[in-house]
Amino acid sequence: MGWLWTFTNSSIGKKFVMAVTGLLVILFLLIHLAGNLTLYWGEGAFNGYVSVLDIFKPIIRIIEVILTLIFIFHIYDGIRLWYENKKAKSIRYKINASSENSTFSSRWMIWTGGIIFIFLVMHLSTFWYAFNFSGKTEVDGIEQYYNIVTTWFQSPVYAVSYIIAMIFLGFHLNHAFQSFFQTFGWNHKKYTPFIKKFGTFFAIVMAVGFASIPIYFFISSLGGK
Amino acid sequence: MIKLDSKVPEGILAEKWTNHKFEMKLVNPANKRKYDIIIVGTGLAGASAAAALGELGYKVKVFTFHDSSRRAHSIAAQGGINAAKNYTNDADSVFRLFYDTIKGGDFRSREANTYRLAEVSNNIIDQCVAQGVPFAREYGGMLSNRSFGGAQVSRTFYARGETGQQLLLGAYSSLNRQVKLGNVEIFPRREMLDVVLVNGRAQGIIIRNLVNGKLERYSAHAVLLATGGYSNVYFLSTNAMNSNATASWRAHKRGAAFANPCYTQIHPTCLPVHGEGQSKLVLMSESLRNDGRIWVPKKAGDTRPPNEIPEDERDYFLERKYPAFGNLVPRDVASRNAKYVCDEGRGVGGGRAVYLDLSDAFKRIGKDGVKDKYGNLFEIYENITGVDPYENPMLIYPAPHYTMGGLWVDYHLMSNIHGLFVLGEANFSDHGANRLGASAMMQGLADGYFVIPYTIGNYISTEKPEKVDTDGSEFIDAEKNVDDTIKKLLSLNGKHTVDEIHRRLGHILIDKVGMSRNEKGLNEAIKEIRELRSEFWTDTKLVGKAEDLNLTLERAGRVADFLELGELMAVDALNRNESCGGHFREEYETPEGEALRNDEEYAYVAAWEFEEVGKWQLNKEPLKFENVKLSARSYK
Amino acid sequence: MSNENLSLTLHIWRQESSKSVGSFEEFKVSVSPDASILEMLDEINNGLEKEGKIPIAFESDCREGICGTCGLVVNGHPHGPLPKTATCQLHMRNFKNGDTIYIEPMRAKPFPVIKDLIIDRSAFDKIQQAGAFISFNTGSAPDANVILISKETADASLDAAECIGCGACVAACKNASAMLFVGAKVSQFSLLPQGQPERYKRVQEMVAVMDEAGFGSCTNTYACEAECPKGISVTNIARMNRDFIKAKFISKEVEV
Repeated sequence: MGWLWTFTNSSIGKKFVMAVTGLLVILFLLIHLAGNLTLYWGEGAFNGYVSVLDIFKPIIRIIEVILTLIFIFHIYDGIRLWYENKKAKSIRYKINASSENSTFSSRWMIWTGGIIFIFLVMHLSTFWYAFNFSGKTEVDGIEQYYNIVTTWFQSPVYAVSYIIAMIFLGFHLNHAFQSFFQTFGWNHKKYTPFIKKFGTFFAIVMAVGFASIPIYFFISSLGGK
Repeated sequence: MIKLDSKVPEGILAEKWTNHKFEMKLVNPANKRKYDIIIVGTGLAGASAAAALGELGYKVKVFTFHDSSRRAHSIAAQGGINAAKNYTNDADSVFRLFYDTIKGGDFRSREANTYRLAEVSNNIIDQCVAQGVPFAREYGGMLSNRSFGGAQVSRTFYARGETGQQLLLGAYSSLNRQVKLGNVEIFPRREMLDVVLVNGRAQGIIIRNLVNGKLERYSAHAVLLATGGYSNVYFLSTNAMNSNATASWRAHKRGAAFANPCYTQIHPTCLPVHGEGQSKLVLMSESLRNDGRIWVPKKAGDTRPPNEIPEDERDYFLERKYPAFGNLVPRDVASRNAKYVCDEGRGVGGGRAVYLDLSDAFKRIGKDGVKDKYGNLFEIYENITGVDPYENPMLIYPAPHYTMGGLWVDYHLMSNIHGLFVLGEANFSDHGANRLGASAMMQGLADGYFVIPYTIGNYISTEKPEKVDTDGSEFIDAEKNVDDTIKKLLSLNGKHTVDEIHRRLGHILIDKVGMSRNEKGLNEAIKEIRELRSEFWTDTKLVGKAEDLNLTLERAGRVADFLELGELMAVDALNRNESCGGHFREEYETPEGEALRNDEEYAYVAAWEFEEVGKWQLNKEPLKFENVKLSARSYK
Repeated sequence: MSNENLSLTLHIWRQESSKSVGSFEEFKVSVSPDASILEMLDEINNGLEKEGKIPIAFESDCREGICGTCGLVVNGHPHGPLPKTATCQLHMRNFKNGDTIYIEPMRAKPFPVIKDLIIDRSAFDKIQQAGAFISFNTGSAPDANVILISKETADASLDAAECIGCGACVAACKNASAMLFVGAKVSQFSLLPQGQPERYKRVQEMVAVMDEAGFGSCTNTYACEAECPKGISVTNIARMNRDFIKAKFISKEVEV
């Protein structure tokens, strides 16, 4: 397996690892968003969805481990690339003209990624912890998942930071989506312009989809529901 | 007196090279690795020679003053490369390519050399395609051809307007392969400043490392110079900024004869000079003359803008003088006539430029049609001049472009110094007094890929040069000679910069040894160049150190050589009492004002032998023509 | 052609040698709008030499935009702000009277400064020596028309082969990645039938040397394509990626 090691440590190999793990994360996000959207169907729908997941707990645990590994590889290679790339360009220009030759999303991946990581920690320590380990998911035999979520989103600080994180997720995805096509070598005159546009559309859908939930519940809470 | 033995083999023209390849002695494949060969220059000739010799197994050391061997000025050649493939079925043949080339050169080249060039032209195309050179193709996948000046057949292969770049990168890729295989070693940022002779044979060179300024010695069994032409003697030319004659000139001063230095080509369609700060001239493809009409105002000193000059006050001088060929006369004729009208004060705005007007083409094929054909040239023009050529006629003026003269070589491409071979534009052979379009790259690659690999083996196996030590007295003396020159240059502390002197030399040469020459002007030029040379050696200012990267010092050494070469160009032009090709003497013209050759007295190669600065001895190699009939060129 | 001269303030990078620390030197100049930026530097140098001062070291050769020798970073743009133009073709009429211009060498760890604005780009040669060629010996080629190549393929190969090796892609990239350059070299050959036999070996060998030289990785910002004087497309990077991934997963060689 020496060749695989050489490959993953080559410049293109590192990109490849970023792209593969990124793509898997995108798939995960799609499923996650679909689940989250059940919140709009009310308490019963959401609680039902989470209970179904609960039935497959062992499988979910395995998937969580895999997801963790994917995240670790994605983050590790991301930081490694950032560090090595910075070293290759140790002296910067007096005048920075990069805004005239490249997009914000493409240049700020490490920082948008970093913010998403901070959010991830926050997110895990709130929802994921609460759902799995807090022991508060049931009160008097009634599932509390929906209530836990809506309660958190009534906090302006939590809701706003969630929304900001999702904006950064949008930027991150905007570059990421078309980027994995390029890294895999799928660049074609006919399709690439569409892929780029679709990537932006996809990033907006994902960011708006996730962010709409705290917005909805926060505004609802103001209505004194 | 040196003995000029052309070593042209006996026999029928078409069989000379084939038979000679058999007659030449070989070096055993296993022995080749025992021989070191030095190549100076990495243009088409140098790179192809290095690759081909590396493939044979010789140990090759290649030197270039560039930071990378890929940057030699061959890269800037635009139009294409000729070959007698006859892919277009228009009755082309090796003999026709040979005939066009020798006629285009006004019958001043060696028949056998020119024929061999035409003969190997086909191999070059095969070679380049195999290397992966992306030549232009037809939809069916076959190679595409276009036509070029001086020929009535389509035999030019091309890759957009970047043929030189693609051919050079092809040779460079083969060279890289040999570097990887360990047969070739490349020494970039090194400038050759002397050739070392041991027992009369070229056995090494002295190099200045351009990064740290240190002098280095290298020895070998043979030395190849592929160092290009000397158009930069004119200061403003289409050559690259660093193109120079130093390697050739230093070899000349060691005894190599310099042949036909007065044969220089001035290309008619270049952008005119815009001001004193200008550093070089840019060529616009000759193809523009297919649709453009060249004119100047009839009245001297007419400063009206072009659109305000009515039709009957314009002088379409080429169409007037040459009704048959009109704007498509050969390069030298077009250039000379542009000079004449400007001398009369009828240049645009009284200056040195003529109009190249495509408004008739706009009417005929529309602006879009013109854009299709010449769009990229129009963009270049607008980028450089800031003037929109769709609204105003272009301004053009001739510029020095190529030098047919160079170090004298025999049929084996060896100079009169044994072991010193000269390839490509640096030698004098093949093109005579004028070079046709798309022939320069052909010659560079022919010399490197298909001539030198055979002739060098013959030299090594017949003359058996020994390996010499770089600690020998010859190397020490040569290095001291170089070092003394550098010290002398750096001690100069006068008023003028090197560039100022070079610019003045250029003015003298373009005025008096340029597109047309006369006895009075040439004598003046010799006097003025001598004065300028002494001014250079007394009143120039140099800055910086010897042992450092010192661009001023590099230029100074080259200009010092140009100041000697410039004089020899005038001396040669004065000696040649005839007009032929790029050399036009005003005293020798037909009643119609055309070039008048004197085949009786001047059908020879003038090979000048260096005696001391400003003093040469003339050696003549008579030219025999057995296969072509000498005729006068007429384009009326 | 000529209008009035422009008055400009220049900040030019000066650095005595690779080992010394550099800094910007300020020059106030008046320059013809018809001059190229390199001709402006020529003029400054002529003045410096006259005063007995060391001129600014910068490189250029063909001054027609094809040799790739020049390559200054002008106001943060390799080859200056004009798209698809090499430094030598950048004319001063593209600037305004009173402008301040910063001129710096291209920056990247594998391109160390030699002096002032001159950098060492020999890493590019090393990458090409690793495999940017087709292995065959002179004289053994078949007739040129035996190999049929569609016009489309030949054009695509030439699009990649037009690269002038100036290093602007590396200079523009925030990661100092050389992938546009290497991608173009790989593509030129991998598109052509002549390049097929060595296609997968070539890409692996060239990428290995590229990595060794210390260039960064591509993060697909495409700044390289935007700044390339020849407009080389990032499609070439994708092709290199594809060839490389394929080579690693499909080729039978365990180590290259």
